[in-house]
Amino acid sequence: SPPQRLIAITDLHCAPEKFGLFKMQAAQMHAQSSHMIGGQAKPSAAMPQGRIGICARPQRVARIVAGANSKISQVPQAPPDPILGISEAFKASTSPDKLNLGVGAYRTEELKPYVLDVVKKAERRMLEKEENKEYLPIEGLASFRKATMDLMLGPNSKAAQEGRLATLQSLSGTGSLRIGAEFIAKFLAGTTVYVSNPTWGNHNNIFADAGVEVQKYRYFDPETVGLDFDGMIADLRAAPEGSVVLLHACAHNPTGVDPTLEQWQAILDLVKERSLLPFFDSAYQGFASGSLDEDAAAVRLFADAGIELLLAQSYSKNLGLYAERVGAFTYLGVDADTTKKVLSQCKRIARAIYSNPPVHGARIVAEVVGDEATFNEWRSEMEGMAGRIKGVRQELYDHLNRINPDKNWDFIINQIGMFSFTGLTPAQVENMTNKHQVYMTKDGRISMAGLNSARAEYLAKAIDDSVRNF
Amino acid sequence: MLRSLQLRSLRSVAEASGLRGIATSAASKSAWFTDVPQAPTDPILGITEAFQKSQDPNKMNLGVGAYRDDQGKPVVLDVVREAEKQIAGEHYMEYLPIGGNKQFVDRAVALALGDDNPAIADGRVAALQSLSGTGACRVMAEFMARFMPGAKIHISDPTWANHHNIFRDAGVERTLYKYYKPETRGLDFEGMIADLQKANEGDVILLHACAHNPTGVDPTADQWQQISDVIKEKRLFPFFDSAYQGFATGDCERDARAPRMFLEQGHNIGLSQSFAKNMGLYGQRIGTVSIVADDKAQAKKVESQLKLIARAMYSNPPMMGAHLVSNILGDPKLKQRWFVEVKGMADRIIDMRQSLRSNIEKLNSPLPWKHITEQIGMFAYTGLTGEQVDKLAQEHHIYMTRNGRISMAGVNSGNVERLSAAIHKVTTA
Repeated sequence: SPPQRLIAITDLHCAPEKFGLFKMQAAQMHAQSSHMIGGQAKPSAAMPQGRIGICARPQRVARIVAGANSKISQVPQAPPDPILGISEAFKASTSPDKLNLGVGAYRTEELKPYVLDVVKKAERRMLEKEENKEYLPIEGLASFRKATMDLMLGPNSKAAQEGRLATLQSLSGTGSLRIGAEFIAKFLAGTTVYVSNPTWGNHNNIFADAGVEVQKYRYFDPETVGLDFDGMIADLRAAPEGSVVLLHACAHNPTGVDPTLEQWQAILDLVKERSLLPFFDSAYQGFASGSLDEDAAAVRLFADAGIELLLAQSYSKNLGLYAERVGAFTYLGVDADTTKKVLSQCKRIARAIYSNPPVHGARIVAEVVGDEATFNEWRSEMEGMAGRIKGVRQELYDHLNRINPDKNWDFIINQIGMFSFTGLTPAQVENMTNKHQVYMTKDGRISMAGLNSARAEYLAKAIDDSVRNF
Repeated sequence: MLRSLQLRSLRSVAEASGLRGIATSAASKSAWFTDVPQAPTDPILGITEAFQKSQDPNKMNLGVGAYRDDQGKPVVLDVVREAEKQIAGEHYMEYLPIGGNKQFVDRAVALALGDDNPAIADGRVAALQSLSGTGACRVMAEFMARFMPGAKIHISDPTWANHHNIFRDAGVERTLYKYYKPETRGLDFEGMIADLQKANEGDVILLHACAHNPTGVDPTADQWQQISDVIKEKRLFPFFDSAYQGFATGDCERDARAPRMFLEQGHNIGLSQSFAKNMGLYGQRIGTVSIVADDKAQAKKVESQLKLIARAMYSNPPMMGAHLVSNILGDPKLKQRWFVEVKGMADRIIDMRQSLRSNIEKLNSPLPWKHITEQIGMFAYTGLTGEQVDKLAQEHHIYMTRNGRISMAGVNSGNVERLSAAIHKVTTA
């Protein structure tokens, strides 16, 4: 019947190239149908210049309530991310006193984001080189992979020489952890991953979405505002043999509480005794103490012990490459053959998540690490960042001691890295935000990177008020 | 449990051999991963590996779909270089929000659906920046697994091999719909419709928006209409994979017709969008994933759930590609220049199709080759058998995926004759 044909003509006319043989017919029909609709050809907004067509403008038609669509109609609102949600709340606040101690991104003394000089240098060099933008291999940029192995284990490590390192460039810490989680789900089915209590909130999401069961081991002691070492050892000893234990390589997030080297040795002994598989999360190498080697001490201790381990590395903080999503997942094995196979399986996993990793950030790392002078500059910049954080910890500590000498504030300078677990209760945290415009996570974590000398006294007073009155 | 037993027995073996006090895994055997098998090489990316190993000076890589110019060199678009210079030294590197660079997402979705699409104006599009097409499909697959339990994904036979990996790893049941007809080297339309008729209400249909990968065979507009009708009638959910907008015909508007037509027809669609090919930003991993909801409020809910999925996968997406695309799409001059560059790439490929076809036909090949020019986009489904593909690799150092798919982008005026001769040789041997 005529109306249907009119629609068919419309469609044909809109894409003539596909129907060489229809072109002539379409032209004839166009003439006819123009006549049918009163000779008015209505150009569609979607048509390129100079093409007259009788395609209808997009109409609002009744929505089809397909089965799938009604499932989509039932999708519930997800809760806001507890960490990233804080930044959003901070942005929305108009108070001149507001202070963002939420997300863990480094800030300068002026509380501005910081792009490292070495990164700017690297990007300038990359612009000059005019490199292409081809796909990386699934496992990532070769020069980056080598650099990242050398950084973690030291240059020309035994493991690297013996082919016992399977390293996959991945999407920063999160992406690397997810590769590991998927690998555990696939090849260690039924294995539980033990995470510290507390740990970075997203650890739970990552393992849950990969279908891996998570249990906690004691870690933070609210009494001492430090490490519950005995509790940790007891819980790990009680874990079934073959379990995976997630360890923070340094600058524990969220507490800032790290084991001492002696305690790391004891943990290592237990791991060997109970045949536990360590999975290190290293997001702050160089950023914690200011020294790349010092911050790698725990991982190197384990690596030198001849055991297998998993490792997730991130360059978000130490190279300030947050938004470029640069990191790596590594399996350190005990024989080259298995290591090769593990790499092949990790590649398969990555292929089905993102195919191959983003090139830009990896090239920056390779540029920085690959040049002696730039590498040394990086070391100084890292010392600078770590130094500012140590400095601001000291100032906060001094202010708090002055304002409230009865309470023990040692934890502030004993803890290390970007974060401090203040021990503040949820009610106290609410007061921090509502009365003092200090934005922090409900668990009492503050990001020292978001604090500067100018605001240290303000923060000290806010903490004191919350601790005294709530 | 089994693992603990295995470990204990390993240890007793170690102890029995006098290795007391040494952890079982300190021996040269993994305590956990001895049984991990070597994964097969990726069928597509593995071709590049084989190509790189070859020493032949005239080797040809017709495997992965990355554009090459007529000298066989990778191309960085002029507009991309320009955008790079514009943003150099100007940006911080702070985490993007989980959903990515909003300006990029808005401009990218407008490119796909049309600037004045009512779905956009009504706020009905839930969209995230994604890790190119793969990342978009994986987020969609995880969303399906979570919110459409029991729904199957219907995938064309054949399709891009990685679609299978993605949906399988997300735990979504896959089923195939007929698509390619070897006899005609074209679309098995009746077969496709018949298979869609068998789908259950609520199932998801994966459709290639244009330039079907790997066959290059696209439905006509009339056929799209009929596909839309069946999907409507069976109450299915259409999910478009759009990796070649602008790259197929050279016209971005035309290459977006199918998803836009579905929206006009009242479907709520899902969409995976990639800028790997049409902006040459392969390594940047830049794309979008979107789902059109019934209304703005529902779109917000859907978006919040997509973000939860992304947070546990990669937290937030990489910045550089988004910045580049956003700058190009947001600057009218750069955008026009981009349209011209994309058309240039598409035109060169169309030229090469004509050249390849006429060269083989000139050799009096007994086989039909009109499909080379009838198919569209980066890939040609030659119809070569696996054995013929192997011969091409071993005897002629010409590398392609074993399904006979060639990337036309790897063909140029310098090698098209050699390719034609080689194809003729292996198909007449």
